[in-house]
Amino acid sequence: MPFKSVILHPLAKPLFFILCLSPLLGIILNAIWGDLGANPVETVTHQTGDWTLRLLILTLLITPLRRWTGYSALLRFRRMSGLFVYFYASCHFLIWFLADHSLNVSSMIEDIIKRPYITVGFSAFLLLTPLAMTSNQWSMKKLGRRWKSLHQLVYVIITLGILHYLWLVKADYLEPMIYAMVALMLLLVRVERFKRLWTTSSRSS
Amino acid sequence: MIKIKRASDCSESEITPETIYQQRRKFMKASSVWGTGLLLGGWGTYLNASVDVSSYKKSVITLDDKLTDFKDASRYNNFYEFGTGKDDPVKNAQEFNTDNWTVNISGECEKQGDFPLEALLEGVDIEERVYRLRCVEAWSMVIPWLGVPLAEVLKQFSPTSKAKYVAFKTLFDPERMPGQKRSVLDWPYVEGLRIDEAMHPLSLLAVGMYGKTLPNQNGAPIRLVMPWKYGFKSIKSIVSIEFTEKQPPTTWSLSNPREYGFYSNVNPNVDHPRWSQARERRIGEFFKRDTLMFNGYADEVASLYAGMDLTKYI
Repeated sequence: MPFKSVILHPLAKPLFFILCLSPLLGIILNAIWGDLGANPVETVTHQTGDWTLRLLILTLLITPLRRWTGYSALLRFRRMSGLFVYFYASCHFLIWFLADHSLNVSSMIEDIIKRPYITVGFSAFLLLTPLAMTSNQWSMKKLGRRWKSLHQLVYVIITLGILHYLWLVKADYLEPMIYAMVALMLLLVRVERFKRLWTTSSRSS
Repeated sequence: MIKIKRASDCSESEITPETIYQQRRKFMKASSVWGTGLLLGGWGTYLNASVDVSSYKKSVITLDDKLTDFKDASRYNNFYEFGTGKDDPVKNAQEFNTDNWTVNISGECEKQGDFPLEALLEGVDIEERVYRLRCVEAWSMVIPWLGVPLAEVLKQFSPTSKAKYVAFKTLFDPERMPGQKRSVLDWPYVEGLRIDEAMHPLSLLAVGMYGKTLPNQNGAPIRLVMPWKYGFKSIKSIVSIEFTEKQPPTTWSLSNPREYGFYSNVNPNVDHPRWSQARERRIGEFFKRDTLMFNGYADEVASLYAGMDLTKYI
């Protein structure tokens, strides 16, 4: 089956939904089987954090992928992927708020103010909120051109997210650096595109 | 609460005459082999260095805290020589062979040289001590170690008056310790103590835990255990002990001097520059608990640091 008919298949979106949900299902199953390791809270915190970044990268990959392949249908997956970013970021935040701060708001706020890696991580989460809230047809219509400007916050968010990861590592920077390199490439691809857009628009005006 | 038993507290039932007999036989055997080895000018082929911990004095120092499960203590390890992930050491250290282990003793002491592990422990009774272990990453465990007081071992080598510090070194062998193939840290791992810290009765050289020989991933065959300091001070798989006049370099403070000091005493009032040290997650518990000053050993060790500004000497 050619790629195009795969992504246009009526089951493609439900399947993608299940795929995005499978990391959480994996965590839940491991929790039931008592298989989250010696430090389950840390395992869940790390895994939800990892999946937030991975899905953020996937979301940012969809637009350039569409340009390269010419398959506009790929855009069908971008909103769902982006909403799952917010879903995993929320899980990541909630497990930290619950297990590390015992739901104590003032202790959480103190941590956010005092620890730079938490400051940037929490900022990224806050910035994601309006993006998740406006990821629907109604908001797109309502906001018009401003919708795009608002959603360009995602570039700030991924930078903060990776900084959050880099800042908490003790000595082994390999994994966060891999995320950083991939994110950098995804941003550079866009800079090139912006450049081209700018030159065409200035020519036409 | 820490309960320290005096030697006289050990009841007859804890050490059966038979185990004493076996223990003595073992020591005699070990020392005679060592003697023969000395005469032959090399003992490599004569000794198997794995330490027999089948007999030991039980619960010499203990705690009311619930013990961490052996399963968790032996699969959640920071031992970068076998990888930086917590579950890397248990996966990558299984093939690690600790036979014929020797420890080099050097520096400001009268007796120097390479000593087989058994010679190092000769004549010193192995005892069980239940200690809290507090990692700098804000998690903790409670582990029943088997070991010998560090002071007892160090005294055998007659440190001189110039011996102000003790420096330790982990094995450097990237073929056997694959984590050393990546320069995550400046290998070999080195650690150090002030001589009075090293001679403190709580300082332990461990060769076992949970009644068994030390698992490879926990620092076999011999490691330091400093219960009032962050875990990284308790250097693993030791191959060298050197008495020095000057403060020796230590791996984590070389890696980041602002974040990791020479002393690295557990202190809930002095945060790591990037995270809080006020609380910790005890492995096996969901919520965090308060971290205790000197990891709960303040009564025993606080006097070592009298007059020192603990916010400066981190």
